[in-house]
Amino acid sequence: MLDTGNAPQTLGDLAREVRSKNAGPFWMTLEAFMPDAGSYRVAAALITAELISELYHVAPASLQIFRIPDLHVVKVSFPRPLAQGSLYDRDMHAGQHHVPLANTVVPGTSP
Amino acid sequence: MPDQSAPPDGVGILVPTGMLGAGFPPGTITRGLSLGADVIAVDGGSTDSGPHYLGAGVAKTTERAVRRDLRLLLAAASSARIPLVVGSCGTSGTDSGVNWVADIVTAICVEDGLDLTVAKIFSEQRADRLTAALESGRVHALPPGEPLDAATLTRCAHIVGMMGHEPIEQAMRAGADVVLAGRATDTAVSAAFALMRGMPPGPTWHAAKIIECGGQCTTDPRTGGVFARIDQAGFTIEPLDPDTACTPASVAAHMLYETVNPYTMREPGGTIEVAGARYIALDERTVRVEGSRFEPASQYTVKLEGAAVTGYETVSFAGIRDPQILRSIDLWAEFFTKTLTEQVQAVLELAAGSWGADLRLYGYNAILGELEQAPATPAEVGVMLLVSAEDQQTATAISKLANPLLLHLPLPTMNYLPSFAFATSPAHIDRGAAYEFVLNHVVDVDSPTEMFRMEMTNA
Repeated sequence: MLDTGNAPQTLGDLAREVRSKNAGPFWMTLEAFMPDAGSYRVAAALITAELISELYHVAPASLQIFRIPDLHVVKVSFPRPLAQGSLYDRDMHAGQHHVPLANTVVPGTSP
Repeated sequence: MPDQSAPPDGVGILVPTGMLGAGFPPGTITRGLSLGADVIAVDGGSTDSGPHYLGAGVAKTTERAVRRDLRLLLAAASSARIPLVVGSCGTSGTDSGVNWVADIVTAICVEDGLDLTVAKIFSEQRADRLTAALESGRVHALPPGEPLDAATLTRCAHIVGMMGHEPIEQAMRAGADVVLAGRATDTAVSAAFALMRGMPPGPTWHAAKIIECGGQCTTDPRTGGVFARIDQAGFTIEPLDPDTACTPASVAAHMLYETVNPYTMREPGGTIEVAGARYIALDERTVRVEGSRFEPASQYTVKLEGAAVTGYETVSFAGIRDPQILRSIDLWAEFFTKTLTEQVQAVLELAAGSWGADLRLYGYNAILGELEQAPATPAEVGVMLLVSAEDQQTATAISKLANPLLLHLPLPTMNYLPSFAFATSPAHIDRGAAYEFVLNHVVDVDSPTEMFRMEMTNA
């Protein structure tokens, strides 16, 4: 299922797509689309409230996580730390906020 | 008009594109009409592009592009004798946005000799009326929002209420061939006609949610339109581009798109529940959906959107390529902010906190900021300085003080002045008023139409 050779693999390497977007001006949502049941199980185990809280500096209690085996998708939603379009908001559509999640190394693949 | 006394077997909805003015091939319309479209529905807006459009009351799309799309849609609606519904006119659904689209529609009808009855539905809200609703306890915050105060309402440049399907249905029942709605839920625009013709709310609302972004629910989102037929037991959906497919996965996955929760979605009159929905491939490009439900709410609510001025902005841009600076770019940025703050205090006598500045290091950590994990030394950095002040003159004055720093600021340890690469002359652009979304609230209403005003005209 997984290439557990020497190179560390990220969630983004395993996924068909990892994406992020606004869900209205006050929420952000992240999705990992996995290609099959095996990689979905890896993503479903990896993406926890603790991980998202650490990567995105948000309170675990504010997170909503949806694990959707039929679609091989894990979805996470949380309130935007900065409202869309405010002076210090640098990602109007939250379209690039998937990267910290995509860059997360899958355990067991590190050298 | 067909006999409307008994519900038909099904209602066909043609959605030509996810956004009026985005364009679509003319074949999209011929294909949709040949499949038996009973209504054409198209969304004209969104909050997705930011608060500017609501705040300034201007459209994101251009008149030329909107006129081009409308000309095709009006001709189709007129020849097939089916209604055309446009939601969230002018991007944000302000009264100016509805009138802007209506003027384009009128001009096309005159030029092309079309005889159509046009309804305009206005959704803009007055702060004083909402203040009265607030004082009587009928305004509630949505998560993660805070309770509303009256001052926030009066700060708003524009406030709109998001209508459900009822005002649109009312306009069609009154004889409108074309309905130009102010701010409406994306789903209400597609759902209104099917609900009016007696289709069940569960499949209707779910279908409306799936088709609201056009081709987003297909295997190739760039191809545009989709067609859905709603019946008593569910709905079927297919793309209008013959080379594109809807698959059970592409349709089901659309419930993820820009939603907080993929299983439930609140509408003004209730909640769409799709956890029990089944997605079945009828052939290689058509999907059947059954099992969707709509749970009516005990209280009908209208969601508010409001944008307020946060200040006036000036943006400046410079490029840095010198590796010596780039190796210490965090230190340089810190020194920049400190120096600018001191100079603004000394020269303009403005205290820190009375103005704002965001220094963004594109190519280094601009996009993710503190979420960026140990970025490497970049090859070059685009420095963007965004200044916000209480008026444009002040924002410009601060930016002009910043100009020599963006051009020459050394590291604190250097004993000469470097020069950086300005991309343009001048290096700054005044942006005018900047806005922020400040409302995330709903109002309890007694009637779904009470906050909206309709005008009928014969174009």
